[in-house]
Parts: sequence; structure tokens; C-alpha cells
Amino acid sequence: MIDELIIDETMTAQDFKSDQYVRFCPGCGDHAIAAALQKAMAEIGIPPHMTAVISGIGCSSRMPHYLSPYGFNTIHGRGAAIATGVKTSHPELTVWQMTGDGDCLAIGGNHFIHSLRRNIDINICLFNNRIYGLTKGQYSPTSPKGFVSKSSPFGTVERPFIPAELCFGARGTFFARTLDVDMPTTVRCLVEAQRHKGASLVECLVNCVIFNNGTHSYIADREERAERTIVLEHGQPMVFGKNKDKGLALDYNTVIPHLIVVSSADPRVLVHDATTSDPTLHRMLALMGQPDTIEAKTDMEQNGSELPIALGVIRSVSADTYDAAVHRQIEEVQAKTGKRSFDSLTRTLETW
Amino acid sequence: MQSVVVRFVGDSGDGMQLTGNLFSSLSAILGDEISTFPDFPAEIRAPQGTLGGVSGFQVHLGKGVYTPGDKADVLVAMNAAALKVNVNHINKHSIVICDTDSFTDKDLEKAQYTTDNPFTELQLPESVQIVPVPLTTLTKESLHDSGLDLKAIVRSKNMFALGLVCWLFDRPIDHAISFLEDKFKKKPALIAPNVKVLSDGYNYGQNLALSVNQIRLEPSAVSTRSSVRHTSIAGNKATAWGLIAAAEKAGKQLFLGSYPITPATDILHELSARKDCGVITVQAEDEIAGICTALGASFAGDLGVTSTSGPGLSLKSEAIGLAVMAELPLVVIDVQRGGPSTGLPTKTEQTDLLQALYGRNGECPAAVIAASTPANCFHYAYMAAKIALENMTPVILLSDTYLANGTSVWNIPEMQDLPRIRPQSVPDKLSATFNPAMRDERGVRYWAYPGMEGYCHRNIGLERDAEKGTISTDPLNHEQMVRTRAAKVAQIADSIPLLQAWSPDKKTNNDLALIGWGSTEGHLKAAATELGCDVVHFNYINPLPRNTQEVLGRYKRLVVCELNSGQFAAYLRTQMPQLKFKQFNRIEGQPFQVEEIVKELKIDD
Repeated sequence: MIDELIIDETMTAQDFKSDQYVRFCPGCGDHAIAAALQKAMAEIGIPPHMTAVISGIGCSSRMPHYLSPYGFNTIHGRGAAIATGVKTSHPELTVWQMTGDGDCLAIGGNHFIHSLRRNIDINICLFNNRIYGLTKGQYSPTSPKGFVSKSSPFGTVERPFIPAELCFGARGTFFARTLDVDMPTTVRCLVEAQRHKGASLVECLVNCVIFNNGTHSYIADREERAERTIVLEHGQPMVFGKNKDKGLALDYNTVIPHLIVVSSADPRVLVHDATTSDPTLHRMLALMGQPDTIEAKTDMEQNGSELPIALGVIRSVSADTYDAAVHRQIEEVQAKTGKRSFDSLTRTLETW
Repeated sequence: MQSVVVRFVGDSGDGMQLTGNLFSSLSAILGDEISTFPDFPAEIRAPQGTLGGVSGFQVHLGKGVYTPGDKADVLVAMNAAALKVNVNHINKHSIVICDTDSFTDKDLEKAQYTTDNPFTELQLPESVQIVPVPLTTLTKESLHDSGLDLKAIVRSKNMFALGLVCWLFDRPIDHAISFLEDKFKKKPALIAPNVKVLSDGYNYGQNLALSVNQIRLEPSAVSTRSSVRHTSIAGNKATAWGLIAAAEKAGKQLFLGSYPITPATDILHELSARKDCGVITVQAEDEIAGICTALGASFAGDLGVTSTSGPGLSLKSEAIGLAVMAELPLVVIDVQRGGPSTGLPTKTEQTDLLQALYGRNGECPAAVIAASTPANCFHYAYMAAKIALENMTPVILLSDTYLANGTSVWNIPEMQDLPRIRPQSVPDKLSATFNPAMRDERGVRYWAYPGMEGYCHRNIGLERDAEKGTISTDPLNHEQMVRTRAAKVAQIADSIPLLQAWSPDKKTNNDLALIGWGSTEGHLKAAATELGCDVVHFNYINPLPRNTQEVLGRYKRLVVCELNSGQFAAYLRTQMPQLKFKQFNRIEGQPFQVEEIVKELKIDD
């Protein structure tokens, strides 16, 4: 449907700001994502009235209020289902979903996996701060095991989700990861998410300055970020480091090959292909540096991680979208029957 | 005879629903009024020949037919278990046709008989005429050279029984044959055997001149009516078609978000087959997604609909609240079944009324209406959509198992004759100043949706400022908004018909009125005919018709009859505390028995 859209290249980020005062806490990572969204929407160039931004409940779900397009701040966990209704009924609209780690992965988990499975053409911004902020500090489904919070004063005893893993498990066709303080990568991920046809999941690692400050500081640290992250780009070699001197390669000396860091000059350095339908390598990349316990997280923060944390578009696979398929099927039926009116429908009945 | 009740019973795999439907349809074509009610177990295929696996289909045909009838005048039982289960569903002077091939020791043991003669063991009154027929043997003889395998042959015995019943009522079988030709058009090899066994059943009755007389019904008035076309239609299908008609009239795309649930699923089935009409259906991942996708479609400017039954309505509560708060049009269809919890999934009950009225957090008024015959599910689904689109509110339409699966005769309307629907679209002149709190003089907010340039806004489930439409936590604003939303639903009373009492002698001057709502209309009219009293029946429940108090105030005695323990009575008492309401309640998962109402209220006299 994108071919039929009017793209306005004169749009600026300002055109996508609403008149509402932004009420995220000072220092919250959501401010940066809001700015990145406005920039990305301008770059995409689809006018605000052709765009709908749907959210559930939580800090991140306040986002529609700060954007100029049509917005619907709905109920907890249901953003994906409502966005599915908007997009399926009107594929000509560009539909975004704003959600958090609680809204998306706890109360809205079912809608989330089914939106990925169906490959409905919506863009899901998952704000992951590993905490419940709006209810003032409970652990979330992405809090590492052992995490101490108001509802886990002795530490959690449950294992977290890793969003990328869930995405691939639900047969998701697009996964990107970005970081609140990395504006260029965020904008690029958001633009790519919109251009991808299908359910696009962008995991935005954001800092909750009040209840979970510094949860992403390992990579948010400006000095160390280049050494500790790799920003993947389709078709480009997987190199990273301040001096771009390191690269990722596969070590085949184990039964199951695994990723290793090598010199960027090493011929074994992999070239990123986001489009392979097999998610094996995408999963390996996305799972780099994802400690699932507090001990492992602390260890990584103190002693570093061997592998960098992957940012950028990790997976972008083309597949039929749900909304297009729904409308195509209606067209196919009507090509045979013609569009039937109610009166002509009643003439198909056995009557007397 | 004026009217007669026929009940077909057998194993759930015996094809009783098909047999009953065919017989009903061909009776309707001949001009009978019909009302049908299938009664089947929750199990898809319970063990063959057992009491738990008995499935039934009852049809009432003739003149003055308001209900499927209390008890059968003719019972067609395909096995000993079916006979046993239905022995209390027959009249004293009924005719019982029973397949005696199913009386082997094994059959009788499965059906938990202790002797080898079911008829005497069941103590059927002498006035009952028993017609033992070796149905299975006769069907085997009829089809021995058909080329079908034995299993398929035995499965055809329902057509032999149908032929026999056609003879009993002196019905030509031509229509049944053309129905069969239509039904098996994709399996033409089955047409000839079915027609053969049907004809043999008919001829069996004719040639052997069974020891029963044929039943002749007086011709009904229906056949002599004008140019209006008729068909027989089940409630769920009528509901689906009402929505299709409303969407077309309103110029809106119809969107159904739904999750399969008994007994509402046929609405999803029908609408997902109606791609020819451009209907969009989403079989959602759960009940909540069903309503949320529908609400998303409403937000995007469509007629959003979700269909469910009681347990699903519980799950949808929060999203109905969102529709109330966001002031978006939405139709929620609740095909009620026996509850609570999983309850009686295939049985009928009116126990979701208070849930529909009040089952949400906060002060959360929604319009509630109820259909009252299978055919008028069309009208009330249409009206539900009209009210939703014109008043920017969720409308809960209550149907139930009895209406959903039962059929009655539908006078097919033309699009041009249906009432206008004017969706509450935002007027052009508001484009410069639009916000989502702007209302017309009725207090109904304007509808603008994505795709419309100049109307971008943010809708919310949070409380909104009465003037600006943005988030507000101001205490006085909240109270004002609570009252605004209530007043908006209350003013719908201006556009619904006034209540009319019904009297069997058309005089409406009786002391006693039977009060009801939803699917009990027919039973109450039939009971009132015998009692010589009035019926005041409701289809519009919230808001109530404007003249409700005036109408009810005319009577000395008001008896609220419903299939629950008194939910509508409780509601009426809160609305009209000065009136005294008595109650007649049944909570058995079954429709009323007219006889029971009559008996109870006669003693009361």
C-alpha cells in the first residue's frame, strides 16, 4: 500500500509534535525516543493524518499525546490488538504501537506474539527499561532474576524474557534494537521499521531515571559504547570498536558454531544479512550480552562482556502481511461474485 | 388442527438437526408459520446410543405459532436412548415413531434400561400412539444396491424418517428433494440415494397405511400474504445480516473481531463467509483481542462489531469501558448461554442482563437492547448498529441460545425500506477547531478518524477535559463528564419506539400483565392467550422506552417472567420503585414451558 501513499518530503520533526507539554520525568529516556520518532516520521514523510499511533498503559504509552498524528491511548496491554484492528480495517494508514516491557510482554503478551505471528504491518516501539515506572517501581518481565524492587524486596525468583528471543519464537519478521542516547541509530531503526512491510519490533533500551537508573549504563556510557556495542547494518561487515578494529566471526570448532570477536582484518569477519529467513544467526547476534540474572549483569558491568551488544536492524525478512492478505482475499472473492449488496444477498436465499 | 409440535431426536451423529431443518423449511414453504429450537449436548459426539449423546430438534408449525411449543405431538426417536430422554417431552396424545432396530440388548443396556421392552418400562400412557418402525432394516433394504457402504447406508435412516413424517403430514416431498439436491450439489453421488430413501420412507407410510391417521393442518395465512418474500432464518444468521444491512445503509465498512464461543460462533462463520459483501473479519487470539480489534476499526472509522457469549462478555468488560470513555461506536453481541463460568454452553438463559447493564468498572453506561425472535435478530442487530453509529456509544445486543439456533419466518426487507442511519460524522465547519470533546445539541460527540485531514487528535481511556478533550484529573470536570456520558446514553430514549402492550384480544384493558424481555416474547404471548391477560415485552432495555412507567402503571398486577432469578425485575424496581413487581423465574437452561406459566399464574388468580 505504501506505493499509493502521498509522501511529503517537506515535513520536519516539528510537524509531528503535538501541542501537549511532555510530561516524562526529566532525564527519562523516553524524551529521546519521542524526538527520534518525530524525526523518523518526518523522514518517512507520511502526513500526520494518515498516521495512527496506538498505545496501552504505562509511561511509554503516553507517547501518542506528544505526537501530532491521530493517537489512541487505550487500556493496559491491548495496544497491539487495537492497532491490529486499525491496520486491518484501513491498510492505507501507517500504524505505530507504543508499548513498554510490562504493557507488551506481561499483560499484553498474547496480543504481542500474535501480532508478530500474523505479521500485521504495524511498527511496535517496545520501550524496555526493565521496570514498572508508572506504578512506581515493581519488577518487569525483563528484570533479571534476583532484581530487587518494591514487589521483590528479596529479589525476583523468576527468569526474564529476552524480547528478541520472543520475537523470533513468534516468527517475527523484523527486529531492531536501539538505545535512548543513540539518536542516529534510533532514527534509522524507526525509519527501517516503517519501511518494512509486516510487524516490526524495535526494542528501545531506555533509562528510567527514577526507579531503575543506569540499567543500561554499561552501553549508555559514551566513552565505552563503541567498544561494547556493535551497530549492525545490512550488507556491511560486522565491525565495531572506537577504531573499527574488531569484528565478529563464527567459530566452527564447536559442535554448534558460536560467535567470537576477531580482528576487523580477519577474513572470517561476517557480513550482516538481515534478510535471511532462517533466524539462527539473528538470534545469536541478538542474544549477545543479554545477562538474565543480576549476578551475570553485575559481572558484565564490572568485568565487561566478551561479545558486544547488538544494536541496529538485526532482522528484516520479507513475508506476506496479514492486512494485505485479508483485503486481497476479499478482492479475490469479489472478482468471482462481484461486490454483493444486501438486496442481492437476500436474493440468494430460498424464499417463498 | 391449528398447529402441531414435532420433535426429532437421536444420537448427535444421527443428523437430527438436518432432518428437523428440512422438515421445517418445507413446511414453511407450504405456508405454515414455524418456530424451531434445536437442543443438543455440549459434546460433539458422545458415545453412540447413550443418554448423554441425545440430540433433538423441535419444530412447531401451523397457525398462531409463537414458540417451538412445550411438548411434542409427534416424536421421532432414532434409538432407545433418545426415546428415554424425551419421554417427558411428549403430550398425552402424541404419536411416537421409534426405530425398533435399536432395541437390541446392547442398545438397551447403553440406554440404561432394565427390561427388554422400553415402551412398557417407560410407562407411556395408553393414549400415546406408538408406531414401531424397523428404520435401520428398511433403510438397508432401500439402499442395498446403491453402492454406498454400510455405514453410509445406516446414516441415511434420518431421510427415511423424514419421508415418513412427510407422509404423516401429507406433505409432498418435492421440496425436500430440491433441498437435498442443493445440499449435496458438491457430492452429487449422494443425491440419488438420499432421494431414494426419502421416497421409500414416504411410500412406506402410504403403502402400509400405518395404524395412524395422517395429520392435516389448516392452511395458514402466511402463504396468502402479499409480495413480501419470506424465508426461515436462524437468529445468528439474522444477526449477521442485520449488521451487513446496517453497514451498507450507513456507508460504513463492517468489521467483526471475534473469538469462537458457543453459541455465538455462527455469527463469525456467517460474516467470514460474506467477503462478497466486503465484510472484514478477524478471528482474534482471544475475547479481549476480539473486541479490541473491533474498537480499533471503530477508531479508524468503521462499524466495529464483536460477538461473544457470557464468559466472553466478562473478558470484554474493560474494553467496553474504553469504548464508553473514548465515545466510539461499537456493537457487542452477547448470545447468552447458561452460566456462570463455563456453565451450560449449549443451553439458553437470560442471565447476562445485569452484566450487560452494570458489569464494568466506574460509572459506565452502555446502551442495551435485546432481540426476541430468531428473525427479529436482524432488526435489533440493525438497530444496535444504528444506535451505536448515531450516538457514539457501545451497544450491547442480547441474544441467546434459543434465538441463535432457533429459526422463525423472516419477512425479507429491501434496503430502501430500512430506516436511515446517520453516523455522527464531524461537520466540515469544525475542522479548524476540532477536538474530541466537541458535542452536538444531543450531547453526542463528533466522530473524526484517521485519514481525515485537519482532525488529528488523541483519544483516550483516561478522563478527558470537557472542553479541550485532553487528559484531565480535575474533580469537577470528572463529575461533569460522568454525567455527560450518562445523559448521552439516556437521550437515546428519544429515538426508540414507545412501549406497546400486547393483548390477545387487542383490547389491552386487563388487570394482569406478563412482563418480559428478549427471547421469551413468544412464550409470554402464548401464555397470555390462554390466560386472557396482556404482555408488556421489552426490546429496549437501556434506556427504557419513555412511556414505560405510564404503560406499566395501568395494571393491577405485574409479573416479570424471565429465565434467570429476577434480573430484569431488579432493574425495573430501581427504575420505578413505586411499582410492585412479582416474578416468575426458571433457570433450567431451557426456554419457558407455556403450560407452566399458565398453571402458575392461574393458581395465583
